[in-house]
Amino acid sequence: MNLTLKIWRQKNATSKGKFVTYKVSDISSNSSFLEMMDVLNESLVLKGDDPVAFDHDCREGICGACSMYINGRPHGPDKAVTTCQLHMRRFNDGDTIVIEPWRARPFPVLKDLIVDRSAFDKIIQAGGYVSVNTGGVPDANAIPISKVNADLSMDAAACIGCGACVAACKNASAMLFVSAKVSQFALLPQGRTEAAERVQAMVAEMDNQGFGNCTNTGACEAECPKEISISNIARMNREFLSARICAPKVKEGSGGGI
Amino acid sequence: MAFKYSSVTKKVVMALAGLFLITFLIVHLSINLLLLFDDSRELFNLAAHFMATNPVIQVFQIVLFGGFILHILVGLILQIQNWMARPTRYKVEGYSHTSFFSKFMIHTGGVILAFLVIHLINFFFKAKFGEMPEVMINGELYEDMGILVIEKFRELPVVVMYVVWLLFLGFHLDHAFHSALQSLGLNHSKYTPAAFGISRALAILIAGGFILIPVVIFIAQ
Amino acid sequence: MAELNSRIPKGPLADKWTEYKAHTNLVNPANKRRLEIIVVGTGLAGASAAASLAELGFKVKNYCYQDSPRRAHSIAAQGGINAAKNYQNDGDSVYRLFYDTIKGGDYRAREANVYRLAEVSNNIIDQCVAQGVPFAREYGGLLDNRSFGGAQVSRTFYARGQTGQQLLLGAYSALSRQIKKGNVEMFTRHEMLDVVLVEGRARGIVVRNLVTGSIERHAAHAVVLATGGYGNVFFLSTNAMGSNATAVWKAHKRGAFFGNPCFTQIHPTCIPVHGDFQSKLTLMSESLRNDGRIWVPKKKEDAEKIRHGKLLPTQIAEEDRDYYLERRYPAFGNLVPRDVASRAAKERCDAGFGVGETGLAVYLDFSDAINRLGKSTIEARYGNLFQMYEKIVDENPYKTPMMIYPAVHYTMGGLWVDYELMTTVPGLFAIGEANFSDHGANRLGASALMQGLADGYFVLPYTIQNYLSDQIRVPKFSSDLPEFVKTENEARERLQKLMNVKGKQTVDSFHKRLGLIMWNNVGMGRNEEGLKKAITEIAELRKEFWLDVKIPGEANEINPELEKAGRVADFLELGELMARDALNRNESCGGHFREEFQTPEGEALRNDNEYMYAAAWEFTGENNEPKLNREVLDYEFVEVKQRNYK
Repeated sequence: MNLTLKIWRQKNATSKGKFVTYKVSDISSNSSFLEMMDVLNESLVLKGDDPVAFDHDCREGICGACSMYINGRPHGPDKAVTTCQLHMRRFNDGDTIVIEPWRARPFPVLKDLIVDRSAFDKIIQAGGYVSVNTGGVPDANAIPISKVNADLSMDAAACIGCGACVAACKNASAMLFVSAKVSQFALLPQGRTEAAERVQAMVAEMDNQGFGNCTNTGACEAECPKEISISNIARMNREFLSARICAPKVKEGSGGGI
Repeated sequence: MAFKYSSVTKKVVMALAGLFLITFLIVHLSINLLLLFDDSRELFNLAAHFMATNPVIQVFQIVLFGGFILHILVGLILQIQNWMARPTRYKVEGYSHTSFFSKFMIHTGGVILAFLVIHLINFFFKAKFGEMPEVMINGELYEDMGILVIEKFRELPVVVMYVVWLLFLGFHLDHAFHSALQSLGLNHSKYTPAAFGISRALAILIAGGFILIPVVIFIAQ
Repeated sequence: MAELNSRIPKGPLADKWTEYKAHTNLVNPANKRRLEIIVVGTGLAGASAAASLAELGFKVKNYCYQDSPRRAHSIAAQGGINAAKNYQNDGDSVYRLFYDTIKGGDYRAREANVYRLAEVSNNIIDQCVAQGVPFAREYGGLLDNRSFGGAQVSRTFYARGQTGQQLLLGAYSALSRQIKKGNVEMFTRHEMLDVVLVEGRARGIVVRNLVTGSIERHAAHAVVLATGGYGNVFFLSTNAMGSNATAVWKAHKRGAFFGNPCFTQIHPTCIPVHGDFQSKLTLMSESLRNDGRIWVPKKKEDAEKIRHGKLLPTQIAEEDRDYYLERRYPAFGNLVPRDVASRAAKERCDAGFGVGETGLAVYLDFSDAINRLGKSTIEARYGNLFQMYEKIVDENPYKTPMMIYPAVHYTMGGLWVDYELMTTVPGLFAIGEANFSDHGANRLGASALMQGLADGYFVLPYTIQNYLSDQIRVPKFSSDLPEFVKTENEARERLQKLMNVKGKQTVDSFHKRLGLIMWNNVGMGRNEEGLKKAITEIAELRKEFWLDVKIPGEANEINPELEKAGRVADFLELGELMARDALNRNESCGGHFREEFQTPEGEALRNDNEYMYAAAWEFTGENNEPKLNREVLDYEFVEVKQRNYK
C-alpha cells in the first residue's frame, strides 16, 4: 500500500518543530506501524536525510516505550494496542496519516517523536512502592489475599507507563497512571500499611510535575493500551479523601518519608 | 491561594458544590412548576414569599451564592491549569471515544454563567430590590412574583433565549452527577452504571422541566 | 592473564551457600557509605541489585539506555518464575528444582551455583509478594502455580501472561524508593561504551548520554554489568530492539573471559516470520504448551495444500494429525524442554511437513482444551496471549490453531563468572543473563526471572562485599585519572570512526545480513562446514561494515543510527566468537546441536569425556585468535546421564 505521512519533525528540545510530509510505497499490510516507520527511515538514511527519531524497544506492547499520536489518537485507531502492535492492515491504500509526539508540558519533546517521560518516574519515586527492604519478609502464603482483590490489583498493575492517558486527555492529566499504581497497592494488604502516605505523596508529585486535572471525560480509559479502568481514579480519589480526612497529622520528617 | 490545594481536593470541591447546585435546581424547578398547576398563581407566590423571607432560606441563599462562586472559581482555576498543561496543541485531535459533553464543561458552563447574569437581573434583583406588583392572598398582601414571570415569558425572544440557555444547562448536567460521584470516589462496579443513567435523567428532567415553563406559558397566552 | 578459579566453597552441596554466607567478609555500615558501586542495566538483575545494594547502604549509580528503568526487556517475560515452594504438595523440593535445572541444562552448568539458585528461589517469591507483586491466586487466597517445560511438578508462579512485567515493576519500585532516598543516582538514556580498568581492577565506565551525545566518565569501587543477553546478534529475535552486547563485549575485550558464547536458546513457541520488513519476533509464552497440543499434518500432501491455502487446519481429521511431541516423548509430551521442542519443530518442517505460507510453522492447537475446560477457562489463562496473536497474525486462535515456529530467545552464554559472580577482571561483576549463568546449555522455562532476581536480590549483595571488604581504605576515585581519559578518548574515536565511514549501506542492512549468517549456520542446527563458512563470512561482513556503513546526523545529538551502528559493530565481533565456540564444541548439548553428533533417533549426543567444561574465551588482541580456557565441571552430587524425556 502507498501512504502519505505528515510527521512532526523537531531537531532538539529547544528548536521549533514543523510537520514534514513523506510518501511511502509498497508497504505490506502485514507489517506493523513501526516496521512501516523503519521502511521510511531506511529510505531517508539512504537519501542522506535524518531519519525520524521515535522511542521503541520491545515491539510487543509491554515496555511502554513507543508513543505516537496517530490521526488524533494515541497509539492510533485500534483499541487496546500500543503503536508497535498496530498493524498496517488497519489503514487503507492512499491514506494520509498524521503522526505527532505526545503533547503535555511535563513531557517535553526531545527530538521528533521522542518525549521525555521522566515525570512518571518522579511520581513513582514519590511513593509508588511498598517500603520493604530485601530479605526478612514473611512467607509468600502467610497472608491470604482474596482472588477478587488480587485480580483487580493485577488489572491496575498492568499499566506500562507509556503515557497514552496523558496524551489522550484534553487536560493532559496523569490521573489514570497515578491511580493505577495507587490502586494496585491499595487493594493488597502489603500495600495498605502505607496507603495513606502513598496516595498523598503521589498526588502531590503529580501536581508538582504540572499535569492537568481530571475532568472525568474517560479519554484515558478509551485509549489505554492495557484497558485500565477509570474506576481506579475513583478509588484514588476515595483513598486521597479518606487519607486527608482520617489520617493523623504526621510531623515533617518524623517518618523519614515513605 | 486555591492553586496550592491538590488537584484532587479541587475536584472534590467542584463535585460538592456541583451536587449542591443540583439540589438547588431541583428545589427551584419544583417551585416553578407550581406556576403550571395553579392558574391563580397563589401557591407559587406563597412559595416565592417563603423563599424570600424565611431566615433559614436567607442563610442558605448566601451559601448558594458561595456554592456558585466556588464552582465557577475553582472550575476556572482547574481549566487554566488544564490549558497550561498542554502548551502545544495537536494538529489533529479529539478522536478518542469520550462522552461528548464532558469535553465542553467550561464552554457550557460559560454560556450558563452569561445567561445567569441576565436571569438574575430579570427576576432575582427585581424581586429583591425593584418595584413589584402585589396581590392579595387569604387577606394578606404578597408580592406577585408569578405575574412577573408570566409577563416575561409572553415575549418570544425571551422564551427562545431561555430555551437555549436551559439546553446548555442540560448539556452541562449530562456530565454532572456521575462525574461528581467519581470525583468523590463514590464508585462501585454494581452501582456506577446506574449513576450514568441518573446523570442523564437529571439532565433531561431538570432542563426539560425548566424549558416546559416558558414554552407552556408562551403557548397558553 | 587471570587464572580460572571458580571459587566454589568446600563442603556438602546443600551447605555451600550457608557456609559461604557465614564466613564471607562483610563491610560495616560506616564504610558502606563511602563505597560506590556502578550497576549497568535496570532489568530484573540490575534493578534488584541496585536497590538491594542501596538498601544496604552502598552508594549506587545505575544506568540504562531506555528512557526509564521500567522499560528493561525483562518486562517482556510472560510465563512465570520458578520456585521450590512445594505449595502444591506435588513433591517439589530445592533438590528437585536443582536437579531439573542441571538436567535441563544438559549437564553443562556448575552444580554449586545451581543449587544456590534453587535455594534462594523461595526467598524471591516471598520478597516479591511483600513488594506487592499481584501474583495469580486461588479462591482461598493462596498463590497459584502452573506447570512448565522440563519439570514434572507445578512450581511456576505467575501474574497472568505478564510475570516479567510485574516482577520488574516490583524491582523498579524498590529501585525508585532508593532513588528518592538519594542512595541510587539514576542515569537514564545513557549507554555504556566501555569499562575502565585502573591497576587491573574495574573502576568505572565510559557512557554516552544518548540525548546530548556527550561522552561521560563515571568512577566507582566496583562495576556490575546487568546488561542482558546478546540474542540480537541474530537480528530477528524476541529481544527488544535495543538489547545489545556492547557492555559485555567491551568488558570481554578488557580482559573478562566470555563463557559458552555458542549456547543460545531457541524458543519453540514464537509467531513465525512473515516478511523481509520484519523487525522482531514475538514470543508466545511457553505456558501455552500446558493446554495446547503441537501438531503438523501426517501427510505431506496435506501440508502442501495448507501452504497453498487450499486446505484449512480445522479440516484435517484427527487421525491425519501428527502430534509429534506426544509421539516422540510420551512422558513429557508437549512439555519437553525448549531445545527439544524447537528441534523437533525444525525436524518436521525440514522434512516437509511444515505449515503456513513459508512452510516454517507448526500448529499449536487449543481445540481439545477448549472442549475440555471451556472457552472461558482458556480465556482466563491465556486471554492476553490469544489477543496478542490475533493482533499480529489476524487469525482467531480460539477457532483455528495458532502457528508457531522457534526463534532466538535467550543466551545461556555470557561473561564467565566465579561463584561470587565476579568476572576474570577483579571488581567487575556480571549478573542475570549477562553472565554465563546457571542454565548450562539450555535454560528451563521460568528460570530466567528466577536467576535474574536471585543474582540481584540475594547473591550479589553478599558476594560483592567479599570483594569490597579490602577496598574500604581505597579513596573515592577521580574520573580524571589518565586511565579514564584514555578510555574515553578510545570510545570517542571509535564513534568518530563510525561517523566518518560515510558509506552507502544502512546499519540495519548489515545487521540483517549478520542475522542471516548466524541463523543459517549458528542457529538451531550447526555443522563444521557451516560454522567455518560463518567465521569467514562474518569477518568479511565486518570489513565491509567498516568501509561502507552510512550513518546520518551528528554524534552530538540524539542519533539512533549511531547507537545501532555501535551495537552492530560489536555483534559483528561477538558473532564470530559464537561460531568459533560452536565449532570447538564437538558434541551436541542443550541448545547447541551439532548435526554431526546425534543419536540414531536424532537426539543430542553429548561427549562428556571431552567437553564437560565451560568454555571461557580470552580476548588476545584485535585480529588475533581468541584463547580457550576450560573450567572443568565436576559433578560431585548428581549422576550425569543422557537426558531422557521419553
